[in-house]
Amino acid sequence: MKHLIDPMDLSVQEIDHMLHLADDIIAHKEKYREVCRYKKLATLFFEPSTRTRLSFEAAMLELGGSVLGFSSADSSSSAKGESVSDTVQVVSGYADIIAMRHPKEGAPHVAARRSMVPVINAGDGGHNHPTQTLTDLMTIYREKGRLDNMTIGLCGDLKFGRTVHSIIKAMSRYENIHFVMISPEELRLPEYIIKDVFEKKQISYKEVRTMEEVMPELDILYMTRVQRERFFNEADYIRLKDSFILDTYKLKRAKQDLCIMHPLPRVNEIDIKVDDDPRACYFKQTLYGKYIRMALIMTLLGVSADED
Amino acid sequence: MKIDSIKNGIVLDHIQAGKSMQIYHYLGLDKLDCSVAIIKNAVSNKMGKKDIIKIADTLDINLDVLGYVDPDITVCYIKDSKIAKKKHVELPERITNIIRCKNPRCITSVERGIDHVFKLADRENRIYRCIYCEAKKSEY
Repeated sequence: MKHLIDPMDLSVQEIDHMLHLADDIIAHKEKYREVCRYKKLATLFFEPSTRTRLSFEAAMLELGGSVLGFSSADSSSSAKGESVSDTVQVVSGYADIIAMRHPKEGAPHVAARRSMVPVINAGDGGHNHPTQTLTDLMTIYREKGRLDNMTIGLCGDLKFGRTVHSIIKAMSRYENIHFVMISPEELRLPEYIIKDVFEKKQISYKEVRTMEEVMPELDILYMTRVQRERFFNEADYIRLKDSFILDTYKLKRAKQDLCIMHPLPRVNEIDIKVDDDPRACYFKQTLYGKYIRMALIMTLLGVSADED
Repeated sequence: MKIDSIKNGIVLDHIQAGKSMQIYHYLGLDKLDCSVAIIKNAVSNKMGKKDIIKIADTLDINLDVLGYVDPDITVCYIKDSKIAKKKHVELPERITNIIRCKNPRCITSVERGIDHVFKLADRENRIYRCIYCEAKKSEY
């Protein structure tokens, strides 16, 4: 049985398959309306996440399946002290597939070892968020028509930003990708990613301290939020939260076909005036997230539109 | 001090002086019924001082953890009072319940009855990472 715990659990071929499937879902929605009929998705959200949970639920409902679950630890038996292993063993008797978010890193890994049905990691603390990575790949694929030969700028919190770490690992598997890291010194990419990914695979990258100096080079600009919950120290958070803000002025020197991405929610790192720029892709990104989750659910459940 | 040689069993030689008790516990030798001798600070030409552990009458012990604790240890399998096989330990691919993950955000910090498992991530630099949260052994 296949689970999705780490974004790198999927091979490039498996990702390609899902991207094509999601593409087909977008083009022929009616074909997929009943493919998960009588199948149930359990959304076990031990910490709140409106966006990801709704995206999973919408994905399953659009495939004709149904959804059950909880949206915070308070409304689950973990409030009574139940372990993740026990919760999952119980729930996997009720559902055909599980999407799980948990504040503790590695919790979905524990769940996958005990579950009788496929488990999807819907985010485990600051660790992994593989369906966000799939969403990002889907966005790049749809907006650029390729996943190779491009320069990707990653901006903001590169130290704690798990989406950034995952997209680097995922995109480093494609040909001729150049990475540009835009962050303050305090939030620069961890050394182990530079060594394990860039240096080991001999991938070209550079680190800069301002967005303006690299703007004309970028094909993708991936913005991130400086997240309060990733800091142990409130003072550090306040000092760094406004480090990098994208506005229409900075965009003047950007390529006409730049694709601006953000995992959302945003706070103030993208000026709302940028929303009207055709290069802003972050709301489309959430929509792509639903389609790639539909493809993922179908793949893990082993269903297809051609079965009948 | 004289300690008899063993007829059948295992001798762990070239243990870094002072580490034998740690290894005794890691290998669970306290749970064995057979005779176990711990020799501390024995004279060694190569090392100056070394520890030795002799385990009599058993060959069936999982020694994987030795490579993690001290990669210079030599393992001698004794049969009929002779060295039947001698081998140097290697870094194990996985170590279970030997070290605990200290990342306060790791699921192992709250989940009951869970094994603490570390996987060898970088052999050259002897880096182990928790299989759940991927934190490096020494990160916290």
